[in-house]
Amino acid sequence: MQAKAQTNSTPSPSSSWRPRAATAARLGPHATELARIADKVRANERIDAVEALALHEHADIVLLGELANLVRQRHNPNPVVTYIVDRNINPYNACITDCGFCAFYAKPKSDRTYELKREEIMDKVLETAELGGRQVLMQGGHHPTIKSDWWCDLIQEIDSRFPQINCHTLSAPELEHFERIERRPVEEIIRDLALAGWGSLPGGGAEMLVERVRKIIAPKKTTTDRWLDVHRKVHEAGLRSSATMMFGNVETAAERIEHLLRLRDLQDETGGLTAFACWNTQPDGVPEAHLYPKKSTPALYLRTQATARIFLDNVQHMQTSYVTQGIKMAQISLRFGCDDFGGTMLEENVVSAAGCSNLQAIDDLERVIERASYTPIQRNSWYGIADERYDAPAIDAARWPNSREEAAHHQAAGRASFSIVPEPTESHTVFPEAARRGPGAALSKKISEVQA
Amino acid sequence: MTTEALPPGAAFSTAAHTSAEQRLFTQANGAGLGDIAQKVLRNERLTYDDGLALYENADLFAVGALANHVRERLHGDATYFNVNQHVNYTNLCNRLCKFCAFQRLPGQEGAYLMTPEDAAQKITEQLDQPVTEVHVVGGVWPKLDYDYYLNLLRAIKTARPDIHIKGFTMVELDEIVKQAKKPIAEVLFDLKEAGLDSCPGGGAEVFSESVRQATYPHKMPGTRWIETASAVHEAGLYSNCTMLHGHVETPADRVDHLIKLRELQDRSLAKDGGHLQAYIPLSFHPDNSEMAHIEGPTALDELREIAVARLLLDNIPHIKAYWILMDIPTAQTALSFGANDVDGTVVEEKIYHEAGATTPQEVQREELVRWIEDAGRVAIERNTTYTAIGDSKGRFVDAEC
Repeated sequence: MQAKAQTNSTPSPSSSWRPRAATAARLGPHATELARIADKVRANERIDAVEALALHEHADIVLLGELANLVRQRHNPNPVVTYIVDRNINPYNACITDCGFCAFYAKPKSDRTYELKREEIMDKVLETAELGGRQVLMQGGHHPTIKSDWWCDLIQEIDSRFPQINCHTLSAPELEHFERIERRPVEEIIRDLALAGWGSLPGGGAEMLVERVRKIIAPKKTTTDRWLDVHRKVHEAGLRSSATMMFGNVETAAERIEHLLRLRDLQDETGGLTAFACWNTQPDGVPEAHLYPKKSTPALYLRTQATARIFLDNVQHMQTSYVTQGIKMAQISLRFGCDDFGGTMLEENVVSAAGCSNLQAIDDLERVIERASYTPIQRNSWYGIADERYDAPAIDAARWPNSREEAAHHQAAGRASFSIVPEPTESHTVFPEAARRGPGAALSKKISEVQA
Repeated sequence: MTTEALPPGAAFSTAAHTSAEQRLFTQANGAGLGDIAQKVLRNERLTYDDGLALYENADLFAVGALANHVRERLHGDATYFNVNQHVNYTNLCNRLCKFCAFQRLPGQEGAYLMTPEDAAQKITEQLDQPVTEVHVVGGVWPKLDYDYYLNLLRAIKTARPDIHIKGFTMVELDEIVKQAKKPIAEVLFDLKEAGLDSCPGGGAEVFSESVRQATYPHKMPGTRWIETASAVHEAGLYSNCTMLHGHVETPADRVDHLIKLRELQDRSLAKDGGHLQAYIPLSFHPDNSEMAHIEGPTALDELREIAVARLLLDNIPHIKAYWILMDIPTAQTALSFGANDVDGTVVEEKIYHEAGATTPQEVQREELVRWIEDAGRVAIERNTTYTAIGDSKGRFVDAEC
């Protein structure tokens, strides 16, 4: 008994973490518990973090898929899969934050830095508009000198020349970076950007919203609390944002659930998150590749995405990550909770720099969705229909905001309309301290280096 | 509480079995598969109509859960793989099947023919690898005489005496018999003498005669494929079986095909000798063939194919999720939809890579084990006849802790 307790106190990080043997999930000591939790999900009752962890670790993938598909149908009853015609534009890559898993950034003095000229950026936006694009996802590094006024200026020009294109732009860590270098509160920066025409905030930079993990993989990046706080303030300003998670490095299974719990708590509070997407660390060619475990295999993605769909009962959309997972996994994930294909990403620089690219042409993308038995529909940044082929009201008017302003109403209404009354949430420290201690030996060394 | 590890070899109580079966029945019944679930739980044989119902049911998870139940009843978490290599001795072929991107005629770009020595060279190149099986398959080329095939086998066996030669589909055997000008029993005797250990399952395509006429009229009819496989079993050899799905065939064609395989196996099991070991659904890959306008199955189709086969083929022990075709995401998921085998490390696959498969052409043993375990299963290295190699017991305990 004692020996058992000892092995339990050091859960393995994802590099060596495995779901429990599948037969045991149906027939072993946890079977009854799993059946109880599954019934709770079927009855539309909220499950807590401990129950989510049980599903995540022990349930077999057929059960996870069944439950995730059920929750998907609850939130998105139409057999529709949305996507957005968009382009990623990364205006500059200089960054002072030095994340070891990032193959995109360059140190400010390095000869690998670049900065796009305004005309170059506008040409890319023009190309996007000509292809019927609805969004540009623009993010840069944490540049030592570029401030939010540079972005306000850019957003204003895009907004005035291409009103149909939304700037789904920046990220919580970048906003926090401006706060620091401009020495003024992030609320002001958010207000200025919104006045310039900024429409929504992408969920980037979340990585793993657990301090133990952040200290190892992204010690100079924003903290969990600050990441959440920036999103909260963006929601308070009437804008919406999405959420992400990058797993498959040094985190434990419990820490993945902790990340999801932090997001669910924020969503209970604001209702401002439109969607959630996750992907595994893509370690090829990143600066600290030698410190990272091997890239996790597709089964972990599917398990994590399905768990997220079940646990995030207050987030409407789940985005599959076909760029990192490939088309086959994307099709499978549509049955495991995902209802959105993300962007067409007419240009993508960040994960491509880490040796990962499964980009698809628009027609091919639609075909992939159709062949999985869903109707592909183009959307805008707020998950409203932006597709000439379909009449939004005919599908479900209340669900489809057409602008930033409508999305803000949607957000307010959405909060009231959730039938699930949030119970007083347990604090995110539900997991014993022991569960936070994970090995990841090589990377743990970095903690001591950082502290020294 | 939930992070608690299971004790090694946790015994599953009868009560747990009963309630798991009740839950399965409830789920399947909710999806309109109550009758089929009852048969599955009582271990009764499914009918042709049941097969069609499984193909047509909208609830992939109910179908998958039933198949997973059978998979776990037969094999628990055991998932087999082997360390193997492929030798495709020629791509010269006169059968001109429309779905094939591998075939060439003499003079066409990329046409090749290996001498027995060339083939042996491929084996020698891998001598430092723990390869236990070579998969020997090629085009059907009438200019190759009987001795060529015997010498091919001999050369491979000489290069690596302990290797298991799984060679020649029923289609090739048919041609070899023609060249030998003697009865198939005698031919198989000669081939065994020369080193043949078992036969692969390819070339069955879909048994439907109308599909054959439309897409591969020059290939042997299904009836002859089945007769040839029976002869192989009578000669004491094991073999596999396949179905090429996702082109112009209908669900009815597929059910018919699977039931014919089941009947073949019934007959073979009733006699002494060999039988079918594994069924492998082969996904149609459209690129570079005359049927490039057909898109091939989706990942979801592939999962259903595995599941329906596991449920219908109650007398074929193993269902293989051939990763090199399905790709790793689908193969991993398939391990919970009825599959209990993933094929092997596969050095140098040519046939499907000509048709646009983008999977790597080989994968390391450790990598296979890692992704089987990531799918929550226990990886067991096997030889061609499904005997575990190495310390599988140790690995089993390890995986459960």
